Amino acid sequence: MKSLMKIALAGMVGVALGGCHHAVQQASAPVAPPLAQQSKPWEQIPIPKLHDFKPHQPTRIELKNGIVLFLQEDHELPFVHGSVLIPGGSREEDPAKAGLVDLYGQTWRTSGTAKLNGDALDDLLEAKAAHIETAGDEDSTALSWDSLKADSDQVFSLAIDLLFHPKFSAEKLKLARQQEATGIIRRNDDEGEIAERESAKLVYGADSPYTRQPEFATIGRVTLDDLQAWHDRTLQGMLIVSVSGDFDPAAMEAKLRAAFESLPPAQPAPARHDAFPGPKPGLSFINKEDVNQSNIQIVGLGTERRNPDVPALAVMNEILGGGFASRLVQKVRTELGLAYEVGGGLGFAYDHPAEFRVVALTKSPTTVEAARASLSEIAGVTTRPFTDEELARAKDNLLNSFLFRYDTREKVLAESVRLEFYHYPPDYLETYTAALEQVTLADLDRVAKRYVHPDKLAILVVGKGDEIKPSLDELKLGPVQPIDITIPMPARPEPPNSRQQEPPEEKQ
Amino acid sequence: LKAPFLDAQKEAHKYVIPNQFTDVAERNGAEGLNAQTGLDETMFFWSMPENRLELWAWLESGRLADVVPREFYKERDVVIEERRMSTDSNPQGRLFEQFAATAYVAHNYGRSGIGWPSEVSQINATEAMEFHKKYYVGANIVVAVVGDVKASEALPVLEKYFSRIPAGPKPQEMTTVEPKQFAEKTVAIREETQPIYLEGYHRPDYRDPDAEVYDAIGDILSNGRASRLYRSLVRDQQIAAVAVGFGHYPGDKYPGLFVFGALPLPGHSVAEMRDAIHKEIDKLKAADVTDDELAMYKTRTRADLLRGLADNQGLANSLAEYQTRYGDWRELFLQLDKVDKVTKADIRRIANQVFIPGNRTEAWIETEAPAAEKPAKNDGGAQ
Repeated sequence: MKSLMKIALAGMVGVALGGCHHAVQQASAPVAPPLAQQSKPWEQIPIPKLHDFKPHQPTRIELKNGIVLFLQEDHELPFVHGSVLIPGGSREEDPAKAGLVDLYGQTWRTSGTAKLNGDALDDLLEAKAAHIETAGDEDSTALSWDSLKADSDQVFSLAIDLLFHPKFSAEKLKLARQQEATGIIRRNDDEGEIAERESAKLVYGADSPYTRQPEFATIGRVTLDDLQAWHDRTLQGMLIVSVSGDFDPAAMEAKLRAAFESLPPAQPAPARHDAFPGPKPGLSFINKEDVNQSNIQIVGLGTERRNPDVPALAVMNEILGGGFASRLVQKVRTELGLAYEVGGGLGFAYDHPAEFRVVALTKSPTTVEAARASLSEIAGVTTRPFTDEELARAKDNLLNSFLFRYDTREKVLAESVRLEFYHYPPDYLETYTAALEQVTLADLDRVAKRYVHPDKLAILVVGKGDEIKPSLDELKLGPVQPIDITIPMPARPEPPNSRQQEPPEEKQ
Repeated sequence: LKAPFLDAQKEAHKYVIPNQFTDVAERNGAEGLNAQTGLDETMFFWSMPENRLELWAWLESGRLADVVPREFYKERDVVIEERRMSTDSNPQGRLFEQFAATAYVAHNYGRSGIGWPSEVSQINATEAMEFHKKYYVGANIVVAVVGDVKASEALPVLEKYFSRIPAGPKPQEMTTVEPKQFAEKTVAIREETQPIYLEGYHRPDYRDPDAEVYDAIGDILSNGRASRLYRSLVRDQQIAAVAVGFGHYPGDKYPGLFVFGALPLPGHSVAEMRDAIHKEIDKLKAADVTDDELAMYKTRTRADLLRGLADNQGLANSLAEYQTRYGDWRELFLQLDKVDKVTKADIRRIANQVFIPGNRTEAWIETEAPAAEKPAKNDGGAQ
């Protein structure tokens, strides 16, 4: 979970702007009149050969202690960005203290260091239009910085000080806990948020490291000592340090070596042994009174990106629910006019199975019709043969836009860091695109039958029960299971931040 | 009547290759293919590999010059579905729509951006085409291309295709002027949702000589953890999770609203948000902002403009927007002169002039438990 402050702020401003600037996924309005369609005039337009484009690879330096540095020069604009990626995230936290990594990600930065507390750091950085931020994620935490070139030495020193000498503050932990509590109490306000969260629990289980959620009780148990212990432990890991922008590479390498070379040998992350049984098939329902649209989630278990079938699955996804020409969009949106948003496919994550997920949003009375149409398209990948046309289109879609994955040096660097973090070969993108080109109809047929199991999917509908007519029983997927999403409230009525476990710290 | 309509629709469908425009675009590597329809303008934007510049020009100019509203009524249903998603079924969407509708009595800024249900469901293909014909003319369109292109090579291509679009006439500007507000207004939504507080004050449009003063106020009040609203409501009083004040809603081509908003922490009320925001406004009125605050705004604005240059799509959108608004894309950079000229006295003057009760519309959501006859269902409890 990202910091609530950022989500809500973005949400608030986003809605404000969104009111007048809603993005329109546009479909229709083709150009040529119907009879001209056979002539395909666009095919007459010359497409020159794309000039040879070699993504600019960052310099990779592996220190003796196992820490890896990436340097990506980019002198277009006078900025320097940096990041330290630290293995270990919320999936590793103690379930009794769920939310710890979120709290850590916020409190680390807002607390600051012994030399300079977080508030003073805010004043100093904001005056320079610079940033140093920390964040917690599912499998990692990170410290990042960003400034104008002129301030980059000073901002780098401050970032390194925060990396190695944080001073966690009780006051700031309390603030972070308030943010977290706000996220908990507001988590059932938005239909889409409920649908995504609860359907993920159907796939992984409610107590899985990938879906368990913070509660008032669990965030109340997190102490300053927990944050310090988490920090001390994860900083011993295989850190990946990356810097991009307008700097002198020799000088930057020297600075990074000075900061990281003397650290003890980095400890590899312990292997995980998660079980992924997949969902129990069936139909679940969550009632929400203040909506007129149902959010339909059809979910199952996906796969890991390392799986050699992933290129074929990517092509299959494109055909099932990728672009506007995909089967789901053509059927549910264009032909039936039942949904603005519909799509999905079989997901693949870098180091664990992702979800199979198809989503359709439709007005309450057409819930059954839209669910049925979506299920039929999903089952269709195992029964309705893929065509040469579908295969060619999906490959074109994927391959011709692929260069937007590495069209800036910043993106190339991010990809290198990602591959390093998950231990993928550095030429992964090249071998992946080569494999995409090789996918055949037989491959599609094989992976669809192997990975898409219509009888093993779980379906969740969030919507207004008494408007859903015909009722969900019509889907004939067994008894409809209600899901209880009541938020466990703290025993005492006060906000949880009053349950301060640390002695108040003197103000700096 | 419905049956013959559906038959006609079915008949028409035989001649349609659905989504062919987007299909051609996607097969040729389109990235971020999308459009924005706002109250101020519409924008159509995407990226393509550089060797497809001419194909893009053919496609984009074609849908402006030769559009045919194929399958219009199905797409209309899809837009109504979008409304259900973004407004009807979304607490913030409902609140913001009611907020603008209440703040405006005459100007179209009070109308729902996506459209009121009875209007979206009745617009017909003829009306849509009339809108297209009136506004999508050369005199009213700006095209911007950013990327690995040479102007000397790209401009002839753009001219070749986009010159097919009828030149004009340039549509008339809207003449309705929102009358001065003198009555304080409130919108109270009582529902199961958690509380949100908003208040807005009418302000002038983007051409006003004080436009940058409003930007300065928004920045000093809510940009980052050194901002006044964060420090006051979030850090020190600990009553809000988020507190912001920002520019212009629902648009800025015509006079919009300067908006303050806050999300209360559990156990705190919208009334506390309102009082705390008003105290911060009173401070702006009673004393100048500090030199450091003003300098911070100017430094950040300059740096953010530079940062924006890194993104091709964002830069193209900005260039097109500034050319449309000011008749000169250079204004994107020239505005920094106006930013530099903002003074502490300007900020105090605007705060005193604009942030007054008679010019205010407040809107909030207060949490109300579900009605008693509906015992807690599976979604009950703390929603």
